[in-house]
Parts: sequence; structure tokens; C-alpha cells
Amino acid sequence: MGWAIALHGGAGDIPLSLPPENRLPREAALRHCLDVGIAALKAHKHPLDVVELVVRELENHQNFNAGKGSVLTTSGTVEMEACIMDGKTKKCGAVSGLSTVVNAISLARLVMEKTPHIYLAFDGAEAFAREHGLETVDPSHFITPENIERLKLAQEANRVQIDYTQPIQKEVKKDAASADVDSQIGTVGCVAVDNEGNLATATSTGGLVNKMVGRIGDTPIIGAGTYANHLCAVSATGRGEMIIRGTVARDVAAVMEFKGLSLKEAAAYVVEQVPPGNVGLVAVSSTGEVTMPFNTTGMFRACATEDGYSEIGIWPDSPSK
Amino acid sequence: MGGWAIAVHGGAGVDPNLPKERQEEAKRLLAHCLDIGISALRSNLPAIDVVELVVRELETDPLFNSGRGSALTENGTVEMEASIMDGPKRRCGAVSGLTAVKNPVSLARLVMDKSPHSYLAFSGAEEFARKQGVELVDNEYFVTEDNVGMLKLAKEANSILFDYRIPTIGTCGAGAAMDSPLQMNGLPISFYAPETVGCVVVDKEGRCAAATSTGGLMNKMIGRIGDSPLIGAGTYACDLCGVSCTGEGEAIIRSTLAREVAAVMEYKGLNLHEAVDYVIKNRLDEGKAGLIAVSKNGEVACGFNTTGMFRGCATEDGFMEVGIW
Repeated sequence: MGWAIALHGGAGDIPLSLPPENRLPREAALRHCLDVGIAALKAHKHPLDVVELVVRELENHQNFNAGKGSVLTTSGTVEMEACIMDGKTKKCGAVSGLSTVVNAISLARLVMEKTPHIYLAFDGAEAFAREHGLETVDPSHFITPENIERLKLAQEANRVQIDYTQPIQKEVKKDAASADVDSQIGTVGCVAVDNEGNLATATSTGGLVNKMVGRIGDTPIIGAGTYANHLCAVSATGRGEMIIRGTVARDVAAVMEFKGLSLKEAAAYVVEQVPPGNVGLVAVSSTGEVTMPFNTTGMFRACATEDGYSEIGIWPDSPSK
Repeated sequence: MGGWAIAVHGGAGVDPNLPKERQEEAKRLLAHCLDIGISALRSNLPAIDVVELVVRELETDPLFNSGRGSALTENGTVEMEASIMDGPKRRCGAVSGLTAVKNPVSLARLVMDKSPHSYLAFSGAEEFARKQGVELVDNEYFVTEDNVGMLKLAKEANSILFDYRIPTIGTCGAGAAMDSPLQMNGLPISFYAPETVGCVVVDKEGRCAAATSTGGLMNKMIGRIGDSPLIGAGTYACDLCGVSCTGEGEAIIRSTLAREVAAVMEYKGLNLHEAVDYVIKNRLDEGKAGLIAVSKNGEVACGFNTTGMFRGCATEDGFMEVGIW
């Protein structure tokens, strides 16, 4: 028992040759967000508050694909989505198609708490944000030069990039990443459990580079990218279309419940069912366990438990304390 | 192989005082849609084509809450959503926020077959529709007089009308809906409120498919998305089964109802009927919903914890049934 927290900044084809100027700021951001989450848990904040807080931090960091730093649609615009869920009550909130709301995750929380609905999108969601005085800015706020470049490359390659895909034609060439374009970005998420077994999860993203306008991914779909119940809380990242059809987040909890697997076993099992290179997730259980499996080259991740353990990593077997 | 099987629904939650002629009308439409599905199955159309065909028929008829006859948003407009899923490879397609697409389920199919994505919404979805050359109409096409009346009542009661219904005294259809007072008892009340539609099919090869379509909640907020387009919630199909749900959208989402049926079959080894019973009994908490399901073995099942569900089902061995209660 005891509290536990895990967060991610996206799973994908993160090259081992990732230059320090791209790697270090992200590691620092993960460390910072982990510290924010740990402090909140130590201050006995409810996991719902903790995950929202941490995801807000991740959204504000322009190096991750959420909030500022979101990838661009095929029209060069930003359409953000997010989702939050409380394990005990299974109350949830989701939003899609946001272009001016600074913190999508907070809007998702508002939908959960202030409407009879679960999911609001596009104009309706934006109007709701304004009605409730949520911080909104000009859409240009979210757009970064890296993402403009990334979109350009994707359109030239005439391809849709998943969270972390190198802009090359053939199979993964670890050294062939374009020097100019930093393609190492991804969805963000956070899961937390306190020492009373309260669980929560939150996920936020800008989606796929060069996605069609109006495309919704797995993040705001309860059971796909985000899910929490009395057993565990899960936040997934990777190829949205695969995560949706695999009902990834829901399945982790289902496998624990119906097959009696531990959190680690259940999460590993579910990740294995998805074709390689497509998914990663972070999860915590009601008893304070944590796991962060992925079947991609890497996943920006961090976790900590009350007994003092903490880990920050990108590739398999490369955690740093 | 157990042969083909098909089930359709026109929504869960029925006013016990629903006038007889409305009940007959609904049953006729359900039987008609079943017949269409059965002919298609006999001509060896694959499950995925059959569910689309049948749901198109349900969308086109204004009787139920989808396509024409959809529930209205708070602004009196229509925003439709739908999803479709093909069991064998779990391919899926979904759409939301449609205002001009005549058959949302067909657009969902196109998303699945002709786009790199699984889910498109609002203006992006309609732009895709335009590019694909699907039939587009004015938003007014979908709006029926009955629903304009229902919206007015809902606003007066300042409540949202859910798919399910609570019995009220002295109701007798749309006409009386204008006269009888609505009650505020902590739960929304509706008269003959329109319903989500869906179809599940398993074909002779044992392939399952599912599709669901709706206009959503009466008086819903602009931009509100319900369970119908969410894979795992309102719709799900895999190797084992095909499921389509209806009822309280929020409850269906929270319980990932459609996926749940398949999950207990897959992970607990329950058969279709046991899975449907289990899920309806244990997974809805206070929520009110219903669902139809088929299994790869040619079984068909339905379950609901509401006062009724418009439904019909048929199997290759000649069984056929249409019901409400």
C-alpha cells in the first residue's frame, strides 16, 4: 500500500541516437512533473487533483504533444483533446477539438463536474470553456516551429506520423532521423493512487501529425486511451487507431479482474496484444503498484512510489534515478 | 458453425403507456428492418454490409432517434453520431456532430474503409463526407414536428430527456405530450421520446459486426458526444461477438458496456447469454440501458434493465421475434 504515481510524455520510435539537446529538456520536464505530482500526493491531495495538476504541467511544456507544442492537423491548425477519470466513482470527462483552451485537461474535468454529460467537442466545448471562464488564448499560442516543420515533413512524406515516428520512408533507421526536425514528441498522461486506494487517470494530446481535421484519437475515448476503476488507473499512448480497437486502457483492468493477473502482468499482456511499435501505457493499482510497459522503441516516462522508489526513463532498461 | 443471426434495436426505455398504435408502428418497422437484414444474409452479404444496410433503413425512417427523427440539441438543431465495427480484424469507424449527412452510419463506414483514422467529427467529418460524395441534405430534413414539440417540453421542464422513460400518469403520445405536465423527481421524464438504433449480425462464416446510430439526447448541449460513436461503449465487435447498446449514454460510457460483453466472454469464458445477463445485472450500477448481441456461433441475445427495449431478432433456423417489453 502507499501512494504511487506514473506519468508519460508519449510512446513511439524515439531513436537511441536522440541528441542531448532534445533528450535533456524532456528528462528534466519529466523529473519536474514527477516532483509536482509527488509533492501533491504528500500533501494528501486527491489523485484526481494530482493527475490534473501534473497533466497541466505537461500540457504547458512545449516539448510534448499536448497543449502548447501540440502537433498540427493537415490544415496547420491545432485540435486538442483530453480525458480524466476517477476510479472509485467511474465519473469521467472528455473533450475534443479544442483550439484555444490553454489546458484541455481542466476543461475535461469541468465537463465531468459541471455538466450532466461526459464528452463535449469542438465549438460546443469551446463555448463551454468560455462560459466557465477557463483560460483561452489565440490558437497561435500552441503552435511551435518544430511542429510546423514536422507537419511539412509529414506532408512531403504524405504520411501520418504517430506519436514518435521518424520522417523516413523505410523501416526504422536509428541514425537517419532528420537533423533538423525533432520528431520526439507524444501524448501526455498521468495516473495516481493515494494510500486510501483512490485512483485517477488523465490524458491529453494534440493527436497525430497531419491528421485530418476533425480526427479524434484514443485519448478522449473512455476505455481506449484512458480508464480507471476500483482496481487500477491507466493512461495509454501510441497509435490512436490501434488503441481504440484494442480497448487498451479498459482491458488492463478487465484482465486483472477476470483473469486475476497482477497489474504488471495485465498491463504487459494487453500491450503484447497490440502490434509492435504502437502502444505504451502507465498504470497504477489500488494497492500502490506501478507499471509502464511499451512495445515501441521508447516511451518518455517517470514514476514514483511512497517507499521512496522513483524512475525516469525513455528506452527499455534505461531508468535513471 | 451456428448459422447466421441478426438483431436490431430502436432504443431502450419505453413508456409503459405508449399508445398501442405507436407500439405497432415500431414493431412493423423493426420487422421490416429484420426482413431486409435476413434477405441480405440469405444472399451471402457479409455481416459488415448487413449491419450498415439495416441501420441505414432505421436512420431513414423518422420513427426512431437517428438520422431523420433525431433528437434535437438545445438550439433545435440536429447533431448525429454513429459507429460501426467489423469483428474479424476489429476495424472500426465512427462519426459525431453531423448536421447534413443523410446516413451517418454510412459515413462511419467510409471513415473505417477510406480514411487513415477511426473517428471523425463535426466540420472535419462533413468535409470528408463532401469529398466522398455522400448524400448531404439541409439540417431541417432531420427535424420532425414531434421532436420540436418534445424539445419545447424538455426546456420547460429544464431537463434532459434520456432514451429511457419513466411512466407518467395519463400519457398518450405526442399529442398529449403538449398537454400533460412533466414532473421533476430527480430524474428526467419523457413521453414518447425517440430512441437510438442499432444492429448486430453474425453471418454464415461466423463473422460478427455491429453498428449504432443516434441523434443523442433531447436538449443536449451543442457538441455533446454520447456513447453511440464510442468504440467499446455503444458499439463493439470482435471475433467472438457483436454488440450494440442503447440507453443512458453516460452510464454506457462509464461501464464500457459493449466491450464488457465481449470481455467477460473472452476472459471469463461465459457464453453470449450469460455474458449479456451478467453485464446488464452487474455493470450498470444505477444506469439504465439495454443491448443486443450476437456471437460467432450464431446465437443472439438481448438484455435491458429498463422498462422495455424496441427490438427484433432472427436466426437462420427460422426463429424470429419482435418485441418491446
